[in-house]
Amino acid sequence: MDLFKYFRSKRKSVDVAKERLSILIARDRIQMGQPSFLPMLQKELLEVIQKYVDIDSKDFSLALDTENDCEVLEINVVLPEKATDKM
Amino acid sequence: MAKIIVITSGKGGVGKTTTSASFATGLALKGYKTVVIDFDVGLRNLDLLMGCERRVVYDFVNVINKEANLNQALIRDKRSDKLHILPASQTRDKDALTVEGVEEVLNELKLSFDYIVCDSPAGIEHGAFMAMYFADEAIVVSNPEISSVRDSDRILGLLSSKTKRAVEGLEPVKEHLLLTRYSPERVEKGEMLSVDDVKDILSLSLLGVIPDSQDVLTASNQGIPVIMNNDSDAALAYNDSVDRFLGDDVPIRFTNTRKRSFLGKLFGRK
Ligand SMILES: Nc1ncnc2c1ncn2[C@@H]1O[C@H](COP(=O)(O)OP(=O)(O)OP(=O)(O)O)[C@@H](O)[C@H]1O
Ligand SMILES: [Mg+2]
Repeated sequence: MDLFKYFRSKRKSVDVAKERLSILIARDRIQMGQPSFLPMLQKELLEVIQKYVDIDSKDFSLALDTENDCEVLEINVVLPEKATDKM
Repeated sequence: MAKIIVITSGKGGVGKTTTSASFATGLALKGYKTVVIDFDVGLRNLDLLMGCERRVVYDFVNVINKEANLNQALIRDKRSDKLHILPASQTRDKDALTVEGVEEVLNELKLSFDYIVCDSPAGIEHGAFMAMYFADEAIVVSNPEISSVRDSDRILGLLSSKTKRAVEGLEPVKEHLLLTRYSPERVEKGEMLSVDDVKDILSLSLLGVIPDSQDVLTASNQGIPVIMNNDSDAALAYNDSVDRFLGDDVPIRFTNTRKRSFLGKLFGRK
């Protein structure tokens, strides 16, 4: 019998549950607060940008934030090293 | 001033109807005039748990549609004359509940009751929305299990954005957490989320913890709300929760495993 294996504490399933749940709920809460058009806007904006520059969807992000009393739409685009001119 | 309490959860089968039956009975036993309404149109169960299924003639939808008046539809509980039941319709669908119709019935009930307990259907659709819309307080029933806790969080989001109080910018719905089907043994083994885990994740004030108990099934078999069974831990836990709801400072119990003696541990069953 592998004594070391026996004594090494097994990760309890409840710890896995807690971790997954915290992440899940944080994500649900962000999505709940968002206007429903946001995913659509993100998709269409990405398509427009991709018409001109060759970028991947992972290089593009869009977020709605509140700063003071202002709602700010933050768009982040990472351009490739040498942006190829598609036109 | 009458208070409207919704018993809600998001997830199905977590113990909303069990809680509605016991909570309403508990309030009535304390002397408050209480009515409990089944909002689960099409899947009515509350009358079964209250043991009054054979006395249902008219229902909530009949009253909304003016096919019967409120007094014809209300059933007086056989155990307490302070308690009435307004059953759901078994044959219609949930769209039979309209905001105006529900509001009219609730306003009439407010004139003669202290507490109006609304047993919500599962889900986040129309029926659940109707049950919560006019609520002053909400009891969010959750099991210590990830999908149930996640759904509770969704419901909390709706309570703070989609209810009348939220829409009209009034004081928000007061939210309480009721953790049911709790098993201290499984929590100790690291198989089940603990009270503190769930409290942390939902950051909600804890109204009570109801242990997982066979007495609940026995009670529903007999059509007697479990809170009436004085020998049951589940009943005592429901009673404590009612006391807390009414403002008493009662400590939480039944969340620890029963301590067994050394010999008991050596020779005891698993
Ligand atoms: N504390 C408890 N211990 C053991 N069993 C329980 C407990 N609470 C509820 N149950 C059982 O769980 C099942 C579902 O309970 P109940 O009908 O009250 O849930 P619900 O949330 O109203 O369901 P639905 O979403 O379908 O309306 C029933 O079989 C009931 O006996
Ligand atoms: Mg139910």
